[in-house]
Amino acid sequence: MKPKVGIFDFASCEGCELQIVNLEEDVVGLVSAVDVVSFREAMKEHSDDYDIAIVEGSITRQSDEARLKNIRENAKIVVALGACACIGGINALKNTKDLDEVMKIVYGDKADWFETYPARPIDAVVKVDYYVPGCPIDRTEFLGVVKSLLLGKEPEIPNYPLCVECKLAENQCVFEKDMFCLGPVTRAGCNARCPSSGSDCVGCRGLVDNPNKEAQKEVLEKFGLTVDDVLARFTLFGSYQEVNDK
Amino acid sequence: MKSVDVSINVHHLTRVEGHGNIALDVKNGEINKCLWEVVEAPRFFEAMVRGRKWNEMQEITSRICGICSISHSLVSLKATEAAFGITPSEQTVLLRKLLDHGENLQSHVLHVCYLVLPDLLGVGSVFPLIETHKQAVLIVTRVHRLANELCDLVGGRTTHPITVTVNGFTQLPDPKDLQAFRKRCEDGLADLQTLADLVASLADKLPDFVRETEYVALTSKEHYALYDGDIASSDAGTVPADKYKEFVHEYVVRHSTAKHSKNTRDSYMVGALARFNVNHELLTPGAKKVAEQLGLKAPCHNPFMISVAQLVECVHSVEESMKLIDILLDRGLKTESPVVDVKAGRGVGVIEAPRGFLVHDYEYDRNGVCMTANCVIPTNQNHGNIQKDMEALAPTILDKPEKEIELTLEMLVRAYDPCISCSAHLMKVRRK
Repeated sequence: MKPKVGIFDFASCEGCELQIVNLEEDVVGLVSAVDVVSFREAMKEHSDDYDIAIVEGSITRQSDEARLKNIRENAKIVVALGACACIGGINALKNTKDLDEVMKIVYGDKADWFETYPARPIDAVVKVDYYVPGCPIDRTEFLGVVKSLLLGKEPEIPNYPLCVECKLAENQCVFEKDMFCLGPVTRAGCNARCPSSGSDCVGCRGLVDNPNKEAQKEVLEKFGLTVDDVLARFTLFGSYQEVNDK
Repeated sequence: MKSVDVSINVHHLTRVEGHGNIALDVKNGEINKCLWEVVEAPRFFEAMVRGRKWNEMQEITSRICGICSISHSLVSLKATEAAFGITPSEQTVLLRKLLDHGENLQSHVLHVCYLVLPDLLGVGSVFPLIETHKQAVLIVTRVHRLANELCDLVGGRTTHPITVTVNGFTQLPDPKDLQAFRKRCEDGLADLQTLADLVASLADKLPDFVRETEYVALTSKEHYALYDGDIASSDAGTVPADKYKEFVHEYVVRHSTAKHSKNTRDSYMVGALARFNVNHELLTPGAKKVAEQLGLKAPCHNPFMISVAQLVECVHSVEESMKLIDILLDRGLKTESPVVDVKAGRGVGVIEAPRGFLVHDYEYDRNGVCMTANCVIPTNQNHGNIQKDMEALAPTILDKPEKEIELTLEMLVRAYDPCISCSAHLMKVRRK
């Protein structure tokens, strides 16, 4: 029996689901190994009978919690897909603001027609078994996680900083270019994609376990960069943690 | 009209980006309710950009949409450049146009082949087609891959591009890779012709429904406008891009977390068909040929033909990409250092995203911190037109079986290729 898979989304840009489609010919292989029973963005059919639930997006309003809890009840394994689901991601930027004010700015005097609350990763609402980090996810890493699950193995997501991959890619250190980089504290696994493209790491994959943020600040000060700017960088994808750690 | 009762409630319409519902309630042949509802969770990008610096605006606003992240990125950079009075180099503009064609192709192939084609072949998704139409599916994945590889090559990533930055690029594509990509475009054109033949053989499955509306698109005398141009309306002439508020009148409705827009009439249309109607004469020769083959003639007032216009634009984007690569290779790629002089000011950027006319409008303080931002999303502009089409279409199909009515209404919404998460992620900020 092929394992049954459901793919679901909450508040997000749906760019991570798009990465699944972007596997191109590999999708053809993938759907021969599993039975996709629910994937609203790609198919009309829907079933509540699935073994693995893959969930993209953050939870940003009370009324979405029931849908997520229902998915958790139906699935044996829940996989969080992408930064929004794993760490709250860019949605949580609004958590640093006064939400009533935010509602008024967008909807004016119609603000009370709609509901919202601080954005959170899905594991703030239900138990999550595995995480595929990133904004967007790395397609190869996603395929690796799915293959592991099909083989009954534990998927391996790196727990070392991005700098390791950046060194292997033989990139010039971003700090030496007088730019910020969150590489020293960010979870590796993307092959240091942004520094390898002439840019800096913005921390979309979240922090490694036990990151040494203080050391990062020291490094930045050494290069004449301010702590305020660095903290602003952390909040780009990590506002949920920044606000909740306070 | 027969006395009929119909009750249709499509909760979370499938094969569209984001969350929307269709409701139709008919008693004794009289329509009591006919509604396109947007129920997407709003994400409040206004709160996200408030107080953020100029060099983060592209990174943040790219995340409004996973499918059109390149359009959001480019228009964001254009708004910031307009605010700072920066004119990017010719090389930067050529590379951005190339990247933009990659997204246009990717997005259109996704919509026409993965989201619309299953309806024309009477199945619920592309998955059963892997068995029944394997060759066609492989061709689709090949063209989709081609588009994504172009985005990768120029933007550093297929989604949420990395290399694009204010006044330039952080990294340039390797000319050898551009050359190799150009060779593969020939195969891409052949594949697109096969797909056009397939759609032509299924053309009778597209409902024959006509409702004239106002069409709004960027326009230019020199080229089929995608990256830049003035704003043209089929009703109201042309205005410069920064005067977009003369055409776009936004309003809030209770049944939708996304704002709606109107101009001269109750609603207007943006996107591939609007662009075709306004600018068809400037399409590439190959694109014109496919339009003729598929019976697409301007002005076309059938919203179901949006998919056909997208397929025509796919050919256009591949042919234009080849031309742009030739120009880039001929001039030679030179490393440029993007210089940015930050200053206070307001800047408006416009672009044609795959789904239509898109605006980012920012105001910065003298430190380059964003004080106000406004973002006009294509799908927002189309929501009102979808509603008006549904109201016009529903009474004409009430004599059909309920399932068929439901499918036809679903196909109507799908035809617009709505990007609903985009549309509920609007930004309007006023910093205190």
